[in-house]
Amino acid sequence: MSTNIIKMSEALADIMPQEYKDLVERSTYGKVDRGWRDIGESKDLIETHSLCAGCPESLAFRYIMSSLPNPEDTVMVGSTGCTSLVFPHIAVHNIHSLFGNQNAVASGLKRTLALRFPDKTKDVVVLAGDGATVDIGLDMTLQSWFRQEKITTICFDNEFYGNTGGQESGLMQKQFVAKMAPAGKQFDKVNLPQLAIDSGCHYVAMLTTSKPMRVEKVIRNAIEVAREIGPTYVQIYTPCILELGKQSHEGIDEMKGAEKKGERFEFFEYRTDQAGELIDKNDAERKVRKDAKKEARKKAKETAKA
Amino acid sequence: MSTAKSLIGTKNKMGQTIVDIEDFFNDKLPKEQHFMTGSEIVKEAIKRASVDMSISYPITPQSEAAALVGELWVEGYVKGYFRGEHEFAVMSQCAGAAFGGARVFTTTSGPGTLRAYENFPMWSGSRLPIMLCLMVRGINTPLSIQPDTIEMGMLLDTGMLMWHAENAQELFDYLLMGYIVAEQPDIHLPIAVACDGFFVSHTKEMVEMVSKDYCIPPYDPYRAPVPVMDMETAPMRIMRDPFVMKSNYISYMTHASWQLEIRGAIERSRKYTKRLMGGSLIEVENGDADIIICSSGTAISQGREAIRLMKAKGMDVGLVKIKTIRPFPDDEVRKALENAKLIVVPELNISGWMAKEIKSCIDRNDRVLVGPHVAGGMTMPPEVLMEEIEKEIALRKVA
Repeated sequence: MSTNIIKMSEALADIMPQEYKDLVERSTYGKVDRGWRDIGESKDLIETHSLCAGCPESLAFRYIMSSLPNPEDTVMVGSTGCTSLVFPHIAVHNIHSLFGNQNAVASGLKRTLALRFPDKTKDVVVLAGDGATVDIGLDMTLQSWFRQEKITTICFDNEFYGNTGGQESGLMQKQFVAKMAPAGKQFDKVNLPQLAIDSGCHYVAMLTTSKPMRVEKVIRNAIEVAREIGPTYVQIYTPCILELGKQSHEGIDEMKGAEKKGERFEFFEYRTDQAGELIDKNDAERKVRKDAKKEARKKAKETAKA
Repeated sequence: MSTAKSLIGTKNKMGQTIVDIEDFFNDKLPKEQHFMTGSEIVKEAIKRASVDMSISYPITPQSEAAALVGELWVEGYVKGYFRGEHEFAVMSQCAGAAFGGARVFTTTSGPGTLRAYENFPMWSGSRLPIMLCLMVRGINTPLSIQPDTIEMGMLLDTGMLMWHAENAQELFDYLLMGYIVAEQPDIHLPIAVACDGFFVSHTKEMVEMVSKDYCIPPYDPYRAPVPVMDMETAPMRIMRDPFVMKSNYISYMTHASWQLEIRGAIERSRKYTKRLMGGSLIEVENGDADIIICSSGTAISQGREAIRLMKAKGMDVGLVKIKTIRPFPDDEVRKALENAKLIVVPELNISGWMAKEIKSCIDRNDRVLVGPHVAGGMTMPPEVLMEEIEKEIALRKVA
């Protein structure tokens, strides 16, 4: 998309909602090196959501939307679950079709966009819950990786079916008692990051959403590697405070506990050699831009003084 | 017919001249005759259909057609092609491609249709004009790979357009016409073009077609009534509150009115389809006869044979062939059957969905003989059809 498309028609300006005016005037489409620090200083690409107050998923969503390297040319594919309550509020094209088919939809979409826009970068990012990614849609998740589709798959792992009321899922911990697991879950949490590596993902990360900078880096890496090399996978712990019986402010503590050393969401990152080279190259270029910016700011200050 | 007019007369990358769809079916362009199977005919039609993306999966009897489309990709006539992991995924991949602005082609049969089923109402709800070529077959259990139209009965309420080709010639014609009708901005719905597995897919027939030097205009996604998901148009927050999980009148009403609009679009397709199909969605032969055989697909071909046998015995039997199942040609069927005393509906399925469709749109529907039915691949010998008609005549004292 040309960022010029996001313009206000003068004739309609007085009746456009404030959110739209903000989007036109203060969003970060086309901004190089956008990131979570833009939150608060610019218009988010996510509008007020309808998730529970304090839901870690809403945090993760906000960080992800602010970290997309190329939102003006990014299409997101969701699935059924709490994420589908948020997608209607985001300011990039997004698709919700059926429960579990997100990686299949993304495969057809990515290939079509590559055919239709050979000279443009069109990123396709899948974002779905653990039920969609690991249970009902597992075959399509893995098959898209086998086929080396150039898409990023993000899984919001809350370790059960949150939206339908807390039923057992494949990513639930063993022995956890939940609906449909009345005697406790009988088998281990599925190790999807390992499956992702074995299935041909070039970049895999597991994390919580407690550290925005980490989320930003991981999402940027995952999308940039998918764009150039092949499939990538990111699994983010987004505990469902409602079903865990937590207060609105307790989500962060839950995530911090779960990412401690030896815990199941301890930060993990895998990159193939090819992906590593690309990430290092991109990081080096970003550093040059950052330094140049710093230098410019310094000079501007000195000029102002003089 | 409304298409991307500006491209008409220009050449595509394969050197094909883009022509108006109507020129495929009038005498303006040079025609060729080919003796080919239905599967090979699919390849010829798709070669001329400016298809962007095709996704395949093997299942008898459509495997050959799906594989031949792959050859078109290698040759360059189809821009994208791959094999999906199963029909549910394939139909979702087709959805992704159509959401992204591609003209999409896929095929399936029987069990594959049912494996993919959840996708079809999603396609129509998302207004994706995907072309699905159905080469129909029986559905387990017991296992059958043979022709049976039961899956068509199961697709009646998915919100898709559905046409039924009797032979390879119609299959060729309908595949090309289907894209143009389905992609009209006031229609924009998926379309299933069905033919009977093996009887059409694997049987050689003489088919007339415009040379491969011509093709129909490519799909223009920006004429769609819904935004293309390609971030080439300004994104907007679709709604202030998502409908899902909102138990309120607005959410119910949104779903209901959207579904009504899909049905409205199916209705609106009649005018375009009639124009391309020579003015009518049905075909009538000897319509004044007291006894009429009325059905679709190869059941009607066998009906034609039965009529020939009966004529030799001095019996006067007419025929009404139904070309489009969705929209169902209610008015035309009602009118064509107005004076019939006995309406015989032969079908290649156990459920008799066609007889139900006919019964629901005519008055005095006790005139309908539901059957004969064959299923699971049994043939419909004209002799059987004739016997059944003779029995019914004696029973009802018709003529």
